[in-house]
Amino acid sequence: MIEQYIPIFLVIGVSVVFSMAVIASSKLFGPQRPDSEKLSTYESGMKPVGGVRERISIKYYLVAMLFIVFDIEVIFVYPWGVEFKKLLGEQGISALVPMIIFLVVLELGYLYVYKKGGLKWD
Amino acid sequence: MPFEIILFVFFALIAAVSSVVMVTRPNPVMSAIFLVINFFALAGLYLLLHAQFISVVQVIVYAGAIMVLFLFVLMLLNSKSEQKLLSGQKKIKVFAIVLAAFVFIQIAYLIFFSSPSRSLSPDVAASIKAGTVEEIGRQLYTGYILPFEAAGFLLLAATIGALVLAKKKFN
Amino acid sequence: MQNHFQEIYNVLPLVLVACGVFLSVVIEIGSVKSEKILPWFSVLVFLGTSLFSVFNLNNCGTAYNNMLSYGGNVFIFYSLFNLAAALTVLSSMEYIKKYGSYFGEYYILLLSSVLGMMLMAGARDLFMVFIGLELMSICFYVLAGINRKKQNANEASLKYFLLGSFATGFVVYGIALIFGTAHTTSLEVIVSNFGSLSHNLLFVTGMLLFLVGFSFKIAAFPFHMWVPDVYQGSATTVSGLMSTGGKAAAFSVLLIALGAVFPGNAANVFRPYFAAIAAFSMLYGSIVAISQNNLKRMLAYSSIAHAGYMAIGLAAGNRESVAGIMFYLVAYTFMNLGAFGIIAMVEGADDTNLELKDYIGLSQRHPLLSALMALFMFSLSGLPPFAGFFGKYYVFISAIKADLTWLAILGVVSSVISVYFYLRVIVYMYFKEPEPEALPVHNNANGVLAVVISAILVVMFGIFPGTLINLITSYLR
Repeated sequence: MIEQYIPIFLVIGVSVVFSMAVIASSKLFGPQRPDSEKLSTYESGMKPVGGVRERISIKYYLVAMLFIVFDIEVIFVYPWGVEFKKLLGEQGISALVPMIIFLVVLELGYLYVYKKGGLKWD
Repeated sequence: MPFEIILFVFFALIAAVSSVVMVTRPNPVMSAIFLVINFFALAGLYLLLHAQFISVVQVIVYAGAIMVLFLFVLMLLNSKSEQKLLSGQKKIKVFAIVLAAFVFIQIAYLIFFSSPSRSLSPDVAASIKAGTVEEIGRQLYTGYILPFEAAGFLLLAATIGALVLAKKKFN
Repeated sequence: MQNHFQEIYNVLPLVLVACGVFLSVVIEIGSVKSEKILPWFSVLVFLGTSLFSVFNLNNCGTAYNNMLSYGGNVFIFYSLFNLAAALTVLSSMEYIKKYGSYFGEYYILLLSSVLGMMLMAGARDLFMVFIGLELMSICFYVLAGINRKKQNANEASLKYFLLGSFATGFVVYGIALIFGTAHTTSLEVIVSNFGSLSHNLLFVTGMLLFLVGFSFKIAAFPFHMWVPDVYQGSATTVSGLMSTGGKAAAFSVLLIALGAVFPGNAANVFRPYFAAIAAFSMLYGSIVAISQNNLKRMLAYSSIAHAGYMAIGLAAGNRESVAGIMFYLVAYTFMNLGAFGIIAMVEGADDTNLELKDYIGLSQRHPLLSALMALFMFSLSGLPPFAGFFGKYYVFISAIKADLTWLAILGVVSSVISVYFYLRVIVYMYFKEPEPEALPVHNNANGVLAVVISAILVVMFGIFPGTLINLITSYLR
C-alpha cells in the first residue's frame, strides 16, 4: 500500500535535498569576505529604523480569517469531486443538490463580505 | 515491512524533535516554523496509517491556513510581552508538566493495558478503505449529509462574525 | 422524491430557521431598509417555527440516517428556543439603538445561534452535537461583543471566546475517546451499549470530559468563572438569550446523551459528579449573589445557582427528573428573559442605571415595569404560584425519589438564601425613598410587549403546570 506514495516521498526528498544543497554549495564554493557594511540590512540603502516585529493592523488578520473559512470549504469540495462520478451514477442529478446548497450558502457569505467592503483596504 | 518501519521512525523522529525544539525556542516565529515541520511529519505519519485524506487536510488546513493565523497572531501581539509571559511563570510550568504527564499516562494506558487490538476489527482491508478520499466522500455525501450542510451554515456564521468583530469601519 | 419531501417536512423547523438565516443575509446585502425589515422578519421566522413545532409534536421519528430526531420533546425544545429568541428580538429593537450602533448582523447571528441550538437539541449523533454547539457558541462569542465601541463588551467577548473554546476542546477530546472506545458516533448505539461501555475506564474518561465541557456551557460551578464578566459586559438582551436559550440547548444535549443513565440501563455512574456540581453551584451562586449590587451581575450568579438546581435533576436521573428539568428550563427561560428585558429597558446608554440603587422608586416612575419585575423576582426565587416554584418542586421531588434527599434539602436551603437578594430588588423598588434626580425610563412598546408576554407565560405555567408536565412526560420513552 505504502509503495504508491513513493513518488510523493521522492518529490519531497529531492526538493529538500536540492534546496539544502544550493544553500550549502554557495557557502562552500563562494568567496566570502564579510565586512560590517556588507552585513548591514541594506548595504547601500537607508539605515534601518527599529525592529521588524511591529504590531500590524487587524486588517491583515481579517483577510487571514476569511482565507481559513474558504480553505475549509475547499476541503469539503475535494472528496466530493473525487467521488462525484460514482454518486452521479447512483443517485442521478440529485447528487448535485447537497453541494449546490453548501456552495450557495458559502458564496452568500462571500457576497456579504464583498458588499460590506470586507475586502477593501480602507 | 522494513520500508514502512524506516519511514515511521523517520517521521516520528522529526515530529518528536521538532515539537521539542518548538516549545524551547525563545523566538515565537521560530516556534511557528518548527510547528510547520511538525505538522508535515504528522501528515507523513497519517499517510503511513493509510489515512490519506486526513494527511492531505493536515497539510492544506494546518500547515497552510492555521499556520498563517498563528503568524498573524504573533504579528498582532507585542513582541516584548511574549518574553515576559514565558519567563518566571512557575505555576504554569508545574501545571503543564502535570497535564503532560496525565496525557502521557492516558496514552500509555491506551496502548499497553486496555488492549485496543481486542476491540478493533481484525479486518485491516476495511480500515484501509475507510481512510481513502473516495470512502470519506461517499460517507459525507450519503449518510452524513446533514452535518455537512450544517457545517456550511457554521462557516457562514464564522464569516459574518469575523467581519463584525474585526472590520475597522462598520456601518 | 416523495421521500425527500417527507423528510424535509419532518425537520421543517430547522429548514425554516436555516432559510431565515439565508434570507436575512440576502436582505442585509440587498436592501437599504434592512434596519426596519430584519427585526420583524426574524420575529416572523421565530414565531412561525415555534408555532409549527408546537402543532407537530406528535410527528415523531428520526431523519437523515439517524442524525436528527424530530417531534415530541425535541419540538418542545425547538419552540422554546424560538420563542425565547423572538422575545429577545422584541426587547432588542430599542435596546441596540441606545448604543448608537445598529448592525443587521445582530439578527443574522441570532437566527444562526438558534439554528445551532436546534441542531443540538435534535442531535442523535456526536457530530451533530458538536456542529450545533459550535454554531451556537460562535454566534454567542460575536453577539457578546456586538457593542463594538464598549470596552467591557470587547472584554466579555474575548473572555467568552477563550474560555469557551477551551471548553469545546474538552468536548472534542471527550468525543474522541468515546468514539475510540464505542467505535461509533451514533448516540443511539452508545446509549444502548452504555452498560458494557461504562466498565471501560477510557469511555468513562471520555464521557467525563464531555460532561466537563457541557458543565461549562450550562455555567455550573467550578466552570462558572466566565459567567459574571460575560453577562455583565455583553449587551443585556444577549445576556438574556445566552443565559436561557444557551443553557437550555446545553441541557437538551445532556438529557439526550444521558438517556443512558436513566432507568432500564446500568447504574448512574456519573451521579457523584452531578451531585457535586449541583450542590456547589446552588450554594456558590446563591451566596455570592447576595453581595452583588449590579443587577446583571446578580442575575449571572443567580444563573449559576439555577444551573445547580437543574443539575440536581441530572444527578437523580429518572423519568420525573427529565420532565422536571425540561419544565424548569421553560420556566427559567421566560422569567429570566423577562428580568433581562426589564433591565434592558431601564438601562441608560453607557452602562448607567444598572445598579440596585437606580431601581429606587421605579414603582412610581413606571408602575407596570416594577410590578412585572417583582413578579419575575418572585418566580426566580421560587415562590408559588409562579412557574419557578413548580420547576424547583418537580426537580426536588425527583431527587427525593432517587434517594438524594440531602441534595433536595440543600436545594431548599439555597433557595431560602436566594430569596434575600431577589426580594431586595423589590424592596428597593417599592419601599425606598426615591432620589429626585433619577433617570427617566423611556417608553418602549416592543420591549414592554416582550416582557408582558414572558410574564403571562410565567403566570400561566405557574397556575397550570400540569398541562406542560403531562405533555413532556407523555413524550418520554
